[in-house]
Amino acid sequence: MVEWFTVVQVAVAVAAGLFCLVAGLMGRLPNDFTLGATAVVFVFLLGQVVVALIAPVVGNVTSGSLLEFWTYLVSAVLLPPLAGFWALIERNRWSNVILGVVCLAVAVMVWRMNEIWFVQGA
Amino acid sequence: MPPHSSSRAVGVGRVLIAVYGILALAATARSAVQIIERFDEAPLAYVLSAVSAVVYIAATAALLGRGRTWYMVALVAIIFELVGVLAVGTLSLTMPELFAHPSVWSWFGAGYLFIPLVLPILGLVWLAKRRGDIETSDSVAVGDTVGGR
Repeated sequence: MVEWFTVVQVAVAVAAGLFCLVAGLMGRLPNDFTLGATAVVFVFLLGQVVVALIAPVVGNVTSGSLLEFWTYLVSAVLLPPLAGFWALIERNRWSNVILGVVCLAVAVMVWRMNEIWFVQGA
Repeated sequence: MPPHSSSRAVGVGRVLIAVYGILALAATARSAVQIIERFDEAPLAYVLSAVSAVVYIAATAALLGRGRTWYMVALVAIIFELVGVLAVGTLSLTMPELFAHPSVWSWFGAGYLFIPLVLPILGLVWLAKRRGDIETSDSVAVGDTVGGR
């Protein structure tokens, strides 16, 4: 993992999550902005997949469990598309709340991945 | 007024189901990793971790389902979760050598922002409200056609 990329990713996911959450609670329906914010979170996750594939090859290895790391990463990658499809099928304010919850969950998971990669010794 | 408030309850319920789904995914993934990597360290805690994962999946599916059977499955699963998080939460403090291992229920779900402790309570509240909806919609069905709105 690359720390600055992860920090940016967590910040983006938190911002997107709060934005979708507020939009939903204000009664807005899922729109290009909330779905777009979730899509940005998804693209960052795909970026993290690429980083995680390349990092070990160039000597950036995890201090923790690689299996645990990838379990988190794959789980996180699944969430935004699922919430996005949900928002497309069921167009009401609560779908925006769900998009927000999912983005915040992704932020927590990426943070946890960062701990597994850097902090968790032996 | 009643149609509006009931659709709203269904709406909030969707968020509840989504959170249950995320928790089911998290608990399943985590217990799979624990059992594959270090089952020997705490077999009891990790088996319970897997059980909790299965129950979260059951609760998610049951909340999505309609009708009385799914309602009862959801009720049993959610009560099981509440008992589980209280029991394992207490045991992780009183018997740390057996239970002080990270799982959704350890330390009352502190590793998951106490969501596992709060969620069953919200789930029971929502089920109680929905039961009211089912009963009124059954008995109101006739009145609805008469009223015309």
